[in-house]
Amino acid sequence: MPAPSTIVDAASTLILGKRSRIELALTCLIAGGHLLIEDVPGTGKTTLAHVLARLLGLDFRRVQFTSDLLPADILGVSVFERETGAFRFHPGPVFTQVLLADEVNRATPRTQSALLEAMEEHQVSIEGETRPLPEPFFVIATQNPASQIGTYPLPESQLDRFMMRITMGYPDPAAERALLTGHHGRDRLAGLVPLADAAALTGWRAQAESVHVSETLIDYVQALIAHTRAGGTYRLGLSPRAGLALLAAARARALLQARSHVLPEDVQAVLPAVALHRLPRFDPADSQDEAARLLLQAVALPV
Amino acid sequence: MKWWRNRTTGHTEDGPPLDARRIAWLTAVAACALLPHASHLPGWLDAVAILLFTWRVAQLQLRWPGVSGPVKLLVVVACCAGVTLTFGHLFGREPGVALLALLLVLKLHELRSGRDGHAVVLLGYFMLLAAFMYSQTPAMAALLALSMTVITAALIALTGPPAPVRVLLHQSAWMLAQALPFMLVLFVLFPRVPGPLWGLPLDAYGSTSGLSDNMAPGSISQLSLSGEIAFRVRFDGNAPAARELYWRGPVLSRFNGRTWRQGDAARRVSDRPPPLPGAAVAYEVTLEPNSRNWLFALETVSALPAGTRLSDDGQVLSGEVVRSRRRDRFESILSTRPGDAERSDSLQAALQLPATGNPRARELAHRLRTQAGTPDATVDAALALFRREPFVYTLKPPLLGTDGMDEFLFDTRRGFCEHYAGAFVFLMRAAGVPARVVTGYQGGERNSVDDYLVVRQSDAHAWAEVWLRGEGWRRVDPTAAILPSRVERGLADMAAGEPVPFVARVDAGWLRSLRHRWEATNNAWNQWVLSYDQQKQLELLSRLGMPAPDWRSMTIWMASLCALLALVLTAWTLRRTTPDDSLAQAWLRIDRTLRSSGLGREPWEGPMDYATRIASVRPDLANEVSHACRLYADARYGNAPHAPAVRELRASARALRRKRTPPTS
Repeated sequence: MPAPSTIVDAASTLILGKRSRIELALTCLIAGGHLLIEDVPGTGKTTLAHVLARLLGLDFRRVQFTSDLLPADILGVSVFERETGAFRFHPGPVFTQVLLADEVNRATPRTQSALLEAMEEHQVSIEGETRPLPEPFFVIATQNPASQIGTYPLPESQLDRFMMRITMGYPDPAAERALLTGHHGRDRLAGLVPLADAAALTGWRAQAESVHVSETLIDYVQALIAHTRAGGTYRLGLSPRAGLALLAAARARALLQARSHVLPEDVQAVLPAVALHRLPRFDPADSQDEAARLLLQAVALPV
Repeated sequence: MKWWRNRTTGHTEDGPPLDARRIAWLTAVAACALLPHASHLPGWLDAVAILLFTWRVAQLQLRWPGVSGPVKLLVVVACCAGVTLTFGHLFGREPGVALLALLLVLKLHELRSGRDGHAVVLLGYFMLLAAFMYSQTPAMAALLALSMTVITAALIALTGPPAPVRVLLHQSAWMLAQALPFMLVLFVLFPRVPGPLWGLPLDAYGSTSGLSDNMAPGSISQLSLSGEIAFRVRFDGNAPAARELYWRGPVLSRFNGRTWRQGDAARRVSDRPPPLPGAAVAYEVTLEPNSRNWLFALETVSALPAGTRLSDDGQVLSGEVVRSRRRDRFESILSTRPGDAERSDSLQAALQLPATGNPRARELAHRLRTQAGTPDATVDAALALFRREPFVYTLKPPLLGTDGMDEFLFDTRRGFCEHYAGAFVFLMRAAGVPARVVTGYQGGERNSVDDYLVVRQSDAHAWAEVWLRGEGWRRVDPTAAILPSRVERGLADMAAGEPVPFVARVDAGWLRSLRHRWEATNNAWNQWVLSYDQQKQLELLSRLGMPAPDWRSMTIWMASLCALLALVLTAWTLRRTTPDDSLAQAWLRIDRTLRSSGLGREPWEGPMDYATRIASVRPDLANEVSHACRLYADARYGNAPHAPAVRELRASARALRRKRTPPTS
């Protein structure tokens, strides 16, 4: 079983200057969570999803969400076959290991919730029959925050289903220069060799679950959660589900760093991605980075 | 990815710039600091302050434009002129406080940097202090304590990281609570000087309604009684019955046909009352300021406190005018008379009448005297006359003309205690019995909460004294002959329909008990806080076992107690923040070592991030620090055993202490 960091190294050669985002995305997948990538078009959201799926050796399907997309377009539909005289189920794109839901906020709430049920339950119910989804099953959804006309923004309760929300951001000048001069195209994606498989991912997940979490660290996580609930800054504090997700993500990151225990730095590294989309703020004027800084600096580490 | 590294706060020399949140706090400071002053500042200034304040809030909330410089200048000039017009000058306490209030609101319109914020906070504190120069009631103290909490919270908000309002208020209240024990120690032990250090509040000087040194019943058509407290009394044992409580005030012996005034005897004083037979009642009187040198004691006083004197006609006088609340101990013997030794000129004065006027009254007096024979019998005959004829006690008597006594005795027959006392003394004098009017207070109301007897201005009373050979001065209360309940049960029990002052009514039982409770609180506050003077301090300290405390021993005690308190608080805080485990202590030792070179760990910074940061600023310490951080992280967050880590951490703290001197730059 390869070390998970080899995936990060390989992906970094393809997506330049985004090592921290690749780490977060892989952390999310190891922790078994779904990922929401939010950024303007052309920043490599789809590429990131594609590369990760390919390197992990997972099935990959992509669905472009539009306003006329119906639940059946995602889940699948039963079709009457004249030869057999019976209905046969044609599985939709959701029956895959990695589903890229592109521009998830363009679809109607009805379609969104069909996807979100699949995310939560790892199964779909079609025509009264419950069908399990393949394992592992990840949804990587992308969202374009710039153009909000004709979109249905995900409500807070559904944002909570995503373990992490990350942004890609523009590459730094050096990475952009390398991107422009080199030939890092989609053609190289095709030639990508898988470095791991579904079994390896399951193994990592088991390893992550056995990463040691000390009492002091639990104290710290509790202090962070308590701060968000103490009132004043946030309209709503972090839920217990968010607390669990925070700890799971911190464990996965510790594994990614090849450490046998979780450090506060792990929590701090994943906290903005795990927490900020679940924390509606009273005064959303600050940038995401500023919001993350305020949250982290407000809580002292237990000694 | 260290987002907190590139924080862009515009720290200048004046401190951080003020954001909307801090400005909101500062407006709260102004509101809290000005509210206690609203009642005594001139109305127009209140209006200006409210206008400027509202404008600032609107600017903050509704994005109104700011007040421009010329307008501000205009406001300042106009208000200075206004203050000069209102108070007559621009200096002194009143105009000074008014100007400060104005400056405080104007400062809200000039908040540029952190320093302006601190100026507002300091001005706010000062305004709170100044409020005590106007009122020192418990309600005011409570209001100021609340305001103090808000202002301190604003100070925290000004300097600290952003936090919710509730958290800041809680923190501020907690800080002030920690200051409380120090305040108590300083209050109890700070050496007092006799007399006020600085100006007392105005309400201490306030001219209070009370007795006066003359009495002209004929010219009063409506007696308005005030519920204000004249004095409070605590008896050593049980309080005597209400009908025996005659608190003696000025004695009026000169009569000009209309007005009664004090005679010469009032000006002759002695230091010591004549010895009297009988059992004495001891009590303590807390007198409200009355702007006179009158003290009030029960008839007949037998022991005086030092510094007070007794006039020849039996009134207790203090050396100086009573401008602030004072407390005196007296002893009185209720059932005795001083004897018939009296100066002849005093007796002569007690027979003085105008040469003419009131013929019918004089004639009545002669008839009474001839029918009765002895002076003793004349007194009884006159009282019987008051009882027999249809005299009415009322607080709304008709006005009387030139021959007031005649009109009262024969025509109107309506009046209150002054009418009866005056008429009785007139009759006695006309009948050849020496007599004089005594004013003072009668009765009082026992407060069931603190057992003080409260005597109000509405308990003011006038009665008579006649001099009888062999007996001396005898108290005669003609009002008691008309309306015995006035003397036995107080004013509250008066005939229905009379305008009894609201506070004296008996019917509203719960209201009365509420009032008793409130007055008891006020009294406790007065007794223990406001009148805590040198004498009271000495008393308390010697009761606590400090014989003959002087300012030196008090200062030593004060310093030691404060130091002890500080130690206790520090120990307590340390116990709360320092976990009782050696790993944490070893880690904190590393932190302290580096902190003294300006390399301290931020509270939220993880150990490995900290090591990385130190390595980038002090490469010479990189190895030591990252080794220590790894040791700590492995032991605290991993499964590494604590004991060896603690040993190594201590060693590395020592090593760091040797190496930490900052590089010369």
